Amino acid sequence: MSDWLERHVPKMVLAPSFAAILLFVYGFIAWTGWISFTKSRLLPKYEIIGTLQYERLFISPRWDTALNNLFIFGALFIIISMILGLILAIMLDQKIRTEGVLRTIYLYPMALSMIVTGTAWKWILNPGLGIESVVRGWGYESFSFDWLVNPEYAIYTVVIAGVWQASGFVMALFLAGLRSVDEEIIKAAQVDGIPTSRIYSAIIIPSMAPIFLSSFIVLAHLAIKSFDLVIALTGGGPGYATDLPATYMYTMAFSRGDIGQAASSAMVMMLVVFAIVVPYLYSELRAKND
Amino acid sequence: MTDFISNPDAKHKSGKATKIALRWFLLLLLLIFALYYLMPLFVMVTTSLKSLEEIRTGSLVALPREVTFDAWKTAWSGACTGIQCQGLQPYFWNSILIAVPAVFLSTLFGAMNGYIIAHWKFKGANLIFSMMLFGCFIPFQVVILPMARVLGMMGLAGSIQGLIFVHVIYGLGFTTLFFRNYYVSIPGELVKAAKVDGAGFFRIFWSIFLPLSLPIIVVTVIWQFTQIWNDFLFGVSFSQAGTQPITVALNNIVNSTTGVKEYNVDMAAAIIAALPTLFVYVVAGKYFIRGLTAGSVKG
Amino acid sequence: MSPILKVKNLVKNFGSTEVLKDINISIESGDFLVLVGPSGCGKSTLLNCIAGLEPISAGEVFIDGRNMTDVSPKDRDIAMVFQSYALYPTMSVAKNITFGMKVRGVDTETQKRKLAEVARQLQIEPELNRRPGQLSGGQRQRVAMGRALVRDPKLFLFDEPLSNLDAKLRVEMRTEIKRLHHDLGASMVYVTHDQIEAMTLATTIVVMKSGVIQQIGTPAEIYGRPQNLFVADFMGSPAMNLIKAKATKNGAGTKIEISRENSAPLILTDTQNTNLPENVILGLRPEDIAEASMRSGPQVQTATCLVDIVEPAGADTYVMSKLGGKEVTARLHAETGAQPGQLLEFAFDLGKVSYFEPETGQRLN
Ligand SMILES: Nc1ncnc2c1ncn2[C@@H]1O[C@H](COP(=O)(O)OP(=O)(O)OP(=O)(O)O)[C@@H](O)[C@H]1O
Ligand SMILES: [Mg+2]
Repeated sequence: MSDWLERHVPKMVLAPSFAAILLFVYGFIAWTGWISFTKSRLLPKYEIIGTLQYERLFISPRWDTALNNLFIFGALFIIISMILGLILAIMLDQKIRTEGVLRTIYLYPMALSMIVTGTAWKWILNPGLGIESVVRGWGYESFSFDWLVNPEYAIYTVVIAGVWQASGFVMALFLAGLRSVDEEIIKAAQVDGIPTSRIYSAIIIPSMAPIFLSSFIVLAHLAIKSFDLVIALTGGGPGYATDLPATYMYTMAFSRGDIGQAASSAMVMMLVVFAIVVPYLYSELRAKND
Repeated sequence: MTDFISNPDAKHKSGKATKIALRWFLLLLLLIFALYYLMPLFVMVTTSLKSLEEIRTGSLVALPREVTFDAWKTAWSGACTGIQCQGLQPYFWNSILIAVPAVFLSTLFGAMNGYIIAHWKFKGANLIFSMMLFGCFIPFQVVILPMARVLGMMGLAGSIQGLIFVHVIYGLGFTTLFFRNYYVSIPGELVKAAKVDGAGFFRIFWSIFLPLSLPIIVVTVIWQFTQIWNDFLFGVSFSQAGTQPITVALNNIVNSTTGVKEYNVDMAAAIIAALPTLFVYVVAGKYFIRGLTAGSVKG
Repeated sequence: MSPILKVKNLVKNFGSTEVLKDINISIESGDFLVLVGPSGCGKSTLLNCIAGLEPISAGEVFIDGRNMTDVSPKDRDIAMVFQSYALYPTMSVAKNITFGMKVRGVDTETQKRKLAEVARQLQIEPELNRRPGQLSGGQRQRVAMGRALVRDPKLFLFDEPLSNLDAKLRVEMRTEIKRLHHDLGASMVYVTHDQIEAMTLATTIVVMKSGVIQQIGTPAEIYGRPQNLFVADFMGSPAMNLIKAKATKNGAGTKIEISRENSAPLILTDTQNTNLPENVILGLRPEDIAEASMRSGPQVQTATCLVDIVEPAGADTYVMSKLGGKEVTARLHAETGAQPGQLLEFAFDLGKVSYFEPETGQRLN
């Protein structure tokens, strides 16, 4: 191999991937961004007409519901998963002999497709034959649990299924974090006679701030992208009561043939993701380069 | 209590007793949580083994009185996804046909990219890496519309190849990240020594890096396989009647509105769709978790 | 004959920081050049530039007369031993040693012969089929040497090859390297932190600081006639005493006045060095200050000083006294009866003295 070739081989090998990312990520974002400023319907039109699509988006009651749902779902999903994950991690950290088995059990939902999760919970929460009939079978005849088909509460079923799927994963992250705390500090605290609960609250948990941050990022990211779970669990219904921005976008793009709306809603989603992720990634990359 | 305190021996004993009680309580709590996580799987399995009759009359959480595999048979080869009634079988193979090449290609490119970014830095390599990282985080909704058009232009619309292509492209960010993070921990002096020994770019990769890469290859393959197998958005957006992956077919079976609702078939189908990734998780859980944490903490 | 290695006006920048500034070095075949300097001064970078592992920003590198500036490392006819040894972890010791030959397409017969030769020379025959991870530090070091030796290059480059070994092994391997150098008549460039390594191995020492060469010379020159304060302070342990003094012309010689706390200044007369500026830094190595009864000679001057601290160190005892506002160390015999608080008569050997300009740090004599 000639010297010139030798020197440029790395660039040439990286080039196709780079070109792909440039085109299929950044180019596509630009394309979608452009379309969101046109009056495209079934077919893309490239003539910029201003913020019409965004105006339509924000007066649409359906989008309003979708954003509201994202807020409710996102907040509950993140908070409950984190609390549950942290509790499980702390309990598992007590030198439990069956830890390996329990960890495997808590985490397996993460290996499942959201479609599978949605299907399972749809059956469990089935108003006629699911949990409701089980509890009635125990003698509570008047018990009623119809959240799945109740427009007011249906979004909370998505939270239930989402938490079930992701909390074990948060547990794994936290457990890894707990284990990485310097043993010597803990020993020093024990020697000083500080009770276990104080050791956790004053020493271990504060030192896990980066893990809180990264699990927050991951969960927020999952919440915003959640699409399969809603499709499988409620199909966005009843009506459009459980629509999320992701399902809104999909409906506009593929059932309503309204590309302009699809593009503008996708752009809003991306802005939300970036508002959360960019500062995080920026600080991560900077820390790495220093 | 005061009594105990004045008697050091008794105090010691009571402390020990509370400790044991606490531990049992802890274990009990942990088991209750384990039941919570296992319950849906249990319900899925038992429901899939019941007859429709038993499902209607019996309890959700009861064991099947009479085990029948009919639902599994139907789910595999007879259930209807819309108008076709071939069960999940063809879609299962579709998913395999999509996942295997896509996993292979994205892992291969990821390994090369990671190797370059970690050890053959050139001007702009860091920028490229950052751009790839950001690419991991975009909500895919933002690329679906143009991708549908580009696949059409390439003649790949609705094809298995098209889905492979999409999965490779959008898997690159993560696979590159995995390999890069693994390779930066390999000392640069190794590359220097090999250069002095006369080895070039590919030789160093082949003779020195590849033999060291087994763990990260396993992590990456598992991660990519799980992602691609479980994907729904790309599958539902870019496939057509004959090329759908299993997640899309499962959703169609479950949500098909024709005929009687066969809950046992739904559950059997869901389990079939989940089996490959569950199998991977059980067999190689350690690597699965490593991928999850690496893919999220570092990403 | 052209020099085996010649570095001409070499400059190396990482981004906007200049790590090496106008480096000029030339060594003859068979020379053993040692690069010393504080951590981060650019020693490894210079070695990498010579090897072609880092592109240089300006200047030229010649090996055996050939301009190698743009030649890739594999064609420079060099071998390199790294601080971490950089053994290929998945290959056996034998494969590690023969990898370079295999890459270059050397036939198997020759590979085997050379491997056997080097393994015998370094006494690693029993380890040939083991992986690097199964070897001790010393064995790894030998394998790394073997990988270099088997190449039979024009120039060997060593980057702190002994720094990961314990003290005893380091001394052993130092002797080994010295023997190899002697037996092979090879040319070597060797980076180290360790001054004793530098003094015992080198035919030429290069002292660097912040990417600038401070002095090039034989070990005796570097030790005896440091060109500036940095070199004086850096080489030697304990370090050279550097004492503030005032010089005034006094007949044929120079009167050197060193202030002392709580007593009259110490006055010495230097009959050799005239033309000194008024303010100087006087440098004397601890071994050039002795008990008056033990040392005599034409340039030896005696004076009584107060002993502050006594530090026995085996063969020698270091005695400190406060002169010119600093603790000045003298190296005395172990049998000295010196006690802290005692007044002792010291001999100062002005035949070995160095003077430096306080502002620029440059040598004056
Ligand atoms: N790849 C690089 N990019 C940027 N700066 C670098 C790079 N490599 C080295 N440097 C900087 O160049 C300077 C010289 O580094 P070098 O490794 O040559 O020092 P050294 O003298 O070998 O130190 P040590 O004795 O600790 O090995 C240091 O300040 C270092 O931070
Ligand atoms: Mg160095």
